[in-house]
Amino acid sequence: MKKLSQLQVGKKGVIKEFTDLEMSVKLMEMGCLPGEEIKVERVAPLGDPIAINVSGYMLSLRKREASTIILQ
Amino acid sequence: MKAEIKVALVGNPNTGKSTLFNLLTGLNQKIGNFPGVTVDKKTGYCTLPDGRRAEIIDLPGTYSLYPKSRDESIVFSVLANRDAALKPDLVVIILDASNLKRNLLLYTQVADLKIPVIVALNMMDMARKDGIEINVNAFSKKLGVPVVPISARRNEGIDQLKTQISYANQFALQQDTIDIEAIAPQLISSIGEEMQVDNPYYALQLAHQHETLTFLSTDESNRIEELEQKFSFHSQKAQATETIARYNFINDLLYDTVKKKENAQEETLSNRIDRFLTHRVFGFVFFFAILLFMFQAIFSWSALPMELIENLFIWIQSTLHSTLPTGPLTDLLADGIVAGLSGVMVFIPQIAILFAFISILEDTGYMARVTFMMDKLMRKVGLNGKSVVPLIGGFACAVPSIMSTRTIENWKDRMITIMVTPLVTCSARLPVYTLLIALVVPNRNVWWIFNMQGLALTGMYVLSLVSAIVVAWVMKYILKARERGYFIMELPVYRMPRWNNVFLSMFERAKTFVLEAGKVIIAVSIILWVLASYGPGNQFQQIEAKYQQPQYTQNMKPADVQHAIASEKLENSYAGHLGHVIEPVIRPLGFDWKIGIALITSFAAREVFVGTMATIYSVDGDADQIQSVEQKMHNARNTTTGQPVFTLAVAVSLMMFYAFAMQCASTVAVVYRETKNWRWPAAQFAYMTVLAYLVSFITYQLLK
Repeated sequence: MKKLSQLQVGKKGVIKEFTDLEMSVKLMEMGCLPGEEIKVERVAPLGDPIAINVSGYMLSLRKREASTIILQ
Repeated sequence: MKAEIKVALVGNPNTGKSTLFNLLTGLNQKIGNFPGVTVDKKTGYCTLPDGRRAEIIDLPGTYSLYPKSRDESIVFSVLANRDAALKPDLVVIILDASNLKRNLLLYTQVADLKIPVIVALNMMDMARKDGIEINVNAFSKKLGVPVVPISARRNEGIDQLKTQISYANQFALQQDTIDIEAIAPQLISSIGEEMQVDNPYYALQLAHQHETLTFLSTDESNRIEELEQKFSFHSQKAQATETIARYNFINDLLYDTVKKKENAQEETLSNRIDRFLTHRVFGFVFFFAILLFMFQAIFSWSALPMELIENLFIWIQSTLHSTLPTGPLTDLLADGIVAGLSGVMVFIPQIAILFAFISILEDTGYMARVTFMMDKLMRKVGLNGKSVVPLIGGFACAVPSIMSTRTIENWKDRMITIMVTPLVTCSARLPVYTLLIALVVPNRNVWWIFNMQGLALTGMYVLSLVSAIVVAWVMKYILKARERGYFIMELPVYRMPRWNNVFLSMFERAKTFVLEAGKVIIAVSIILWVLASYGPGNQFQQIEAKYQQPQYTQNMKPADVQHAIASEKLENSYAGHLGHVIEPVIRPLGFDWKIGIALITSFAAREVFVGTMATIYSVDGDADQIQSVEQKMHNARNTTTGQPVFTLAVAVSLMMFYAFAMQCASTVAVVYRETKNWRWPAAQFAYMTVLAYLVSFITYQLLK
């Protein structure tokens, strides 16, 4: 079980499911849906938050939020 | 003139909604309040090709109708309001053509409310560059609504959009997007019956949002709650189901209408810029360079216009005095209202420059990167990445900085930022500090390069930042969060600033500042003028009579007699009496009744301190003559002990008081304006005054 927060910069993954229902609603609205491919583009200078590429745009989220996304 | 059609603009953030709004309405805009809610409502008017007038309502940018901030909660409550006077006749939904998938989610939600919809397909030029081909006709046919391709930045397609608005139908034509009733069939039909709603999505939204909708009565809300219990409705599960269903619809739609050429993973320009601007070293260097430049510009560019405004008001004041008959009404107008107004107007250049910078930083997309870089650091003390900008702006003036906190979505983060921003050393404290430092700190160099007076001033600036951070950290534990804190934010692609928007934002915010803060400062300055110009009983006549006597008229120069009368009148005015009344309270801080008057008068604005000192120590009432005020204050002696009044302890204690006390009517007014609740400015005033008192007390007792 690999979480988005564990994905390294430059690596891609495909969303499988979410561990937090409330967060999943917000993330899905922003285009993070099961089956969607995401790529970690960069990490903020102080190590958090991170920026990912999802459905054609850049989304930044804190590592705590990224840890609720389970990858395939 | 009444508008004949009401049009609401709805769209995701960063889709060019504001640019379109500005194009449609130009300078014909106003900011008001949504009835019953504390969020600004931007409206403007636009003439349609058929000569009708349309009222355009700019709603806050949102990714979905399920709100995450107070700003966003406005969108559904305006679209769904059953009050016909508020409900728009037509929704123009702005979609970013280069990012259709995520943008269409909001479209499907709005469309399902069955309000007539037009789609404005913005940024067509960007989409073409990205190799995205949209079959606009097929797209329009599938949705059942008019689709107008536009490019707001290039002013393309705006006339076609206006034509479509004028054709707008009274009835919604859009196709259903998803099967809403399948989400909660019994609940939706029950709410429909109970509330007499025939739109299933409207009924479902009522189930989700009934607790926060202001147009529902408590009774109605309770009945919906009962129904939810009865059918065991789970709001978040239903939202998840709905969102997935909507994306299925969107994927089908896009599959048939949009072709994307597979560009060989070429790196975008934005990505390359980000590699530098969010770099762990260069990123911060660049950020501080930008701040330094901004800080410098606010001071240096505003110096000349500020001087011009000041001179203009001095001219108005003297013209009023010389043309109008002498009397209390002329004095009130010239010395009360005009003098008070000049105190507000003089900040316009700083506010305009600060807002120009802020809107450029926002417009280009750089602000989102600052937030991204600073979030972790700021979070530790209970602030947010976005708090950086207001705090820095606070060096110029707290008023525009507090207005700029609107970009902070999280309620708690925004409130803490508003509460601590006035602690940052603003430009109004500068004359006070300069005067007091010059009095007690020797103008000597230490370690060859550092000037002691300069070091003292720097110390005051550093102290202000430290105190803001400490207070924020304390408030983090006091304030209760209304919503769970999270940070899911789009990093928009870099774009050139739209100068038209920058100018409009400068103009709008300066205007709002003058109108809103101006009202309060005029009121306060009238009150202060009355307090300082009148005294109880016939004490004033007695003073006049006293100086008519030959021992004064013969031995003193007429100007000196006038000064003596003025200062004695001040002592016997209501303000003077107030000074004596509060003297016991402020004596532990080292202050006498004269400083007490200055504390009271400078409640309106800190820089009033210098002017009041000038009057009290009977120097010409000209605040610019700091040198002579300084001399007089330097020579001031305590009448009972004969010791100097302004010792090091008194001066430092005073500076501490000015560092922490609120003492700014404009800030009080703007905090009320931004929070729409007197509790916030009251709490802020209270905590800052208590802090000021305590720090002054400790300082004086240690140094004396």
